[in-house]
Amino acid sequence: MAKQVLSCTVNGEPVEVLVQPYATLLDALREDLGLTGPKEGCGTGDCGACTVHVDGKVVASCLMLAMQARGRQVRTIEGLGTGDTLHPLQDAFVRHGVPQCGFCIPGVLMAAAALLEENPRPSEEEIRYGIAGNLCRCTGYTRMVTAISEAADTLASQGSAR
Amino acid sequence: MRRFELALPQSLDDCLKILAQHGGRARPVAGGTDLLPQMKNGVLKPALVVDLSGIARVRQIVNGTGLRIGAGVTARELEVSPAARGAYLAIAESAALVGSLQVRNLATIGGNLCNAAPSADMAPPLLALEAQMVVAGPRGERRVPIADFFTGVRKTVLAPDELLVELIVPPPGAHSGGQYLRHTPRRELDIAVVGVASQLTLADGRCTKARIALASVAPTPVRAVAAERSLEGQAVTPAAIERAATLAIEAANPISDQRGSAEFRRHLVRVLTRRTLATALQRAGA
Repeated sequence: MAKQVLSCTVNGEPVEVLVQPYATLLDALREDLGLTGPKEGCGTGDCGACTVHVDGKVVASCLMLAMQARGRQVRTIEGLGTGDTLHPLQDAFVRHGVPQCGFCIPGVLMAAAALLEENPRPSEEEIRYGIAGNLCRCTGYTRMVTAISEAADTLASQGSAR
Repeated sequence: MRRFELALPQSLDDCLKILAQHGGRARPVAGGTDLLPQMKNGVLKPALVVDLSGIARVRQIVNGTGLRIGAGVTARELEVSPAARGAYLAIAESAALVGSLQVRNLATIGGNLCNAAPSADMAPPLLALEAQMVVAGPRGERRVPIADFFTGVRKTVLAPDELLVELIVPPPGAHSGGQYLRHTPRRELDIAVVGVASQLTLADGRCTKARIALASVAPTPVRAVAAERSLEGQAVTPAAIERAATLAIEAANPISDQRGSAEFRRHLVRVLTRRTLATALQRAGA
């Protein structure tokens, strides 16, 4: 089966990569681009561990074909901080000890980041709805909600300081 | 996942040519949220997958005389569409219930309907609003009323070389209101045990048109015609709503499965019909 050329932007960088026609976006990110932050939990769109942004919107990358991302902007957990500095969400997750096993965390952080970009000051209810598509088998949701709420405050104060 | 070839047509014409050439070996993919799980678990084994994301025509929502919804419009786009949230609120409500946000940003209205699950959330409101489906194929385009579209569990009138292109929802008119409700054991990420959509149109204190549609109680989504007839020409009193809710059970032919017994589903049909009719009445401006 002939591979196809996927041209898109990943974490701000233009990317051209050969992918199998049957590869999912998650396969391409993990196997072809070495971005192993997004995880395959269920593979059927139920758990949210594979959550990435495509054109700023959260998607289950296990259900999207890699070639469907052609010409689009993809962002993974690897592109959330700057490489040297953690994103305020990551910082809050670390300080509150949110990760237990950690498997769901990249997906939760990407869901939370998309939520705060759309709604910078969400209520607790809105935070819970914003991460409703992400399952944590360690059931650490309470600290997630606290950390996301705190990160929203941090981002808001950074915004007003500018 | 099983291996397959992938075609990336950039126009509807190119897509139809590919489908005509490959027929039953090919399968169109829009959001992929129903197709990919069925390919991963081996239920579907297409040799060729045809990606619809390059076809601009299927991605538009146009609000004019009625609402035209491209088959490739996502559930999330419908959920937040000002046009859908206006006169076609039940459609937006049903779209908001599909999967998680991660799924709704991918899943399309066309995919929800062509997958033809008895529980398809977007089917009942479209049945209640009498949507027309625009189907394109090698012999041109045809229109199919949504009431004739579903032929069985995961079966539709679409031939292998045909594609659902868009839906045309006629304007419900003034003094019309509707609602979609479903019952699920949990609020998110679940499949309807029963879903009910009601749409009522009023004039001079009487119901001029009633449409009630049910999901998850028969091999296909179905209209509750006897219940509709009992309301038309009448004042929509609490007693009339109760009578219609009881009559709606006649349209249900449910199975018992892990989500609920047939008896429980018949009970839910009555409860959800009553509730959606009461809300529809309120939204119609009674």
